[in-house]
Amino acid sequence: MRLQPDAIGVLGSRLARGSVLVSATNGKTTTAAMAAAILEREGVRLVHNRAGANMAGGIASTLLAAAHGREAIDGELGLFEVDELWLQQLAVQLRPRALLLGNLFRDQLDRYGELETIADSWAHTVRDVLDPDARLVLNADDPVVADLGRGRARVVYFGVDDDSLALPHMAHAADAKHCRNCGAPYLFEAVYLGHLGRYSCPSCGQARPVPAVRATDVRLEGVRSARFTLHTPTGAADVALPLPGLYNVYNALAAAALAHALEVPLETIVAGLESAHAAFGRAESVPIDGRELRILLVKNPAGANEVLRTLVLEQGEHDLLGVLNDNIADGRDVSWIWDADFELLAGQVRVATCSGTRAPELALRLKYAGVEPERIRVLPELPAAFSLALADTPSGGALYALPTYTAMLSLRELLSADGKARSALS
Amino acid sequence: MNTLRVCALYPDLMNIYADRGNLLVLERRCAWRGIGFQLTPCGLGEPLDGGTHDLFYLGGGQDRDQRLCAEDLIHTKRDALHAAAARGAVILGVCGGYQLLGRSYELGPGEQLPGVELLDVRTVREDHPRLIGNVAIEVSLSGGERVLAGFENHGGRTRLSAGQAPLGRVLKGYGNDGRGGFEGACSGNVIGTYLHGPLLPKNIWFADWLIATALGIDVAELTPLDDTLEDAAHRGARQAAGV
Repeated sequence: MRLQPDAIGVLGSRLARGSVLVSATNGKTTTAAMAAAILEREGVRLVHNRAGANMAGGIASTLLAAAHGREAIDGELGLFEVDELWLQQLAVQLRPRALLLGNLFRDQLDRYGELETIADSWAHTVRDVLDPDARLVLNADDPVVADLGRGRARVVYFGVDDDSLALPHMAHAADAKHCRNCGAPYLFEAVYLGHLGRYSCPSCGQARPVPAVRATDVRLEGVRSARFTLHTPTGAADVALPLPGLYNVYNALAAAALAHALEVPLETIVAGLESAHAAFGRAESVPIDGRELRILLVKNPAGANEVLRTLVLEQGEHDLLGVLNDNIADGRDVSWIWDADFELLAGQVRVATCSGTRAPELALRLKYAGVEPERIRVLPELPAAFSLALADTPSGGALYALPTYTAMLSLRELLSADGKARSALS
Repeated sequence: MNTLRVCALYPDLMNIYADRGNLLVLERRCAWRGIGFQLTPCGLGEPLDGGTHDLFYLGGGQDRDQRLCAEDLIHTKRDALHAAAARGAVILGVCGGYQLLGRSYELGPGEQLPGVELLDVRTVREDHPRLIGNVAIEVSLSGGERVLAGFENHGGRTRLSAGQAPLGRVLKGYGNDGRGGFEGACSGNVIGTYLHGPLLPKNIWFADWLIATALGIDVAELTPLDDTLEDAAHRGARQAAGV
């Protein structure tokens, strides 16, 4: 497909209510899906890159598919999740009326480079590209992201206020330990997830902004769901979120804050969140051969840690299918698995089947994490690994698949080709 | 009973390429053999006693953290590291850690980080793309030639002085500067390399060589372990590099 260079801007300008951009290291697809559920309930007709194709090509295709005639487009508001590195360029073209930035974690260093590089590029986007009237929605708990709102008006911050969730110490792979303003190390009063928490700088006094949209009384209910009380400037309400883990509570808060910035009423926000579905490969559940296959995408240390933390909320020993690929879209460098806390799985694994292009490396990681080697097997070919792992899962039990991005796509293809799970996946 | 005493330099700052995996491998392999293992972190501003550790590990970091550590190394740890190297302790620097073991690292015009000068190398960041990809090298350390496989991702080009031995010869990948065909540097038991991935899990022979050398024993004296998975991961890393 060849497009004129400003095609995205030209097509985007057909959207009567403009565009909204969502970016983050983790949770872009799910957050955008939740925001879509809320906005559609409000009757907004969206143009949305639902399948997660989040670079210029994917967004151009989404716009082209919706456009017709010389000036028309099916939809009034663009809702686009955007790759971290493409944010600046797409913001220049789409001139968003709202920008949601969720988090920044160490990710695929061979592609993204250092976290600071992305933070600098985002800062430039906010300062020099974003319209002064545009709404900026930021995670107050991520010091790097929250700092982007320094000195700017009309920022909507979101965050968690529940110390029962605080971790005993910061995860090993945590980044962003130094104040963006003055360089001194932050003091963390509570750490919720990676480097997200309640922090302040002892040197310059820069501190976590007070979030306008926040979650209290968070209850994590295993791999299925979570509950929390959502507070916005217009009121408070309990939310039963049909997605698991603290990371999805953060995604829900992000979507709620964005919807609030777009003036959606609280009841609609809550109803939208409660109707949210798992996005493509993220905590999807597929009934198959009398078992339940749960697909939990893992692609970087922070994301993997949250998936593992959520997984071990379930009692007992688990059947796992880990699929580690090193294709370009996964990151060629598989180092990151040694930064993720697979130690959480020690003593919780019945059988771990390791597959993918770098299957032995994953098996090795589990061994050094404390999973007994007798419980680990290596089958690089995914179809064989999947069949065996599923056949070995006790009837009525659950098989947890932890695939990297391209592995997740292969796994879904395999399921559709089998026809076993077509209805569940359609 | 022997105890391997490891000092991790700046583990909270210089850890970007999963350096924790390297330390974990040393720890587990000692434990499985009944060898004691002691890990002491040594951070910014903390004094270093060069006499109480058998192995020093320095990993990679982001630019900002590497700057902080370069200054600190010179001011609070340089002499202790030289004393340790002189008595034969193992000092392993990976990626940014390798650069800091050299003479200097020039980040850009007018900005040069000092190194601790344990390796006679100089690193310059040039206005060229980073050297990124799977890599395999052939090294010869006490005995026959063996392969190390891993991943490299560095903006700096490292040049060795005429008298400085490299760690190995590049089989696939870029190595020190993408041109000379050599990778890393090695002087006595001081070793610097760009190979992460991390290095030790997928090159288990090298992990054992480090343990034995740091303890002052022969590798053959280490209790053999079942390395089926380790060997498979090594083959996988070599395959990824195309060797």
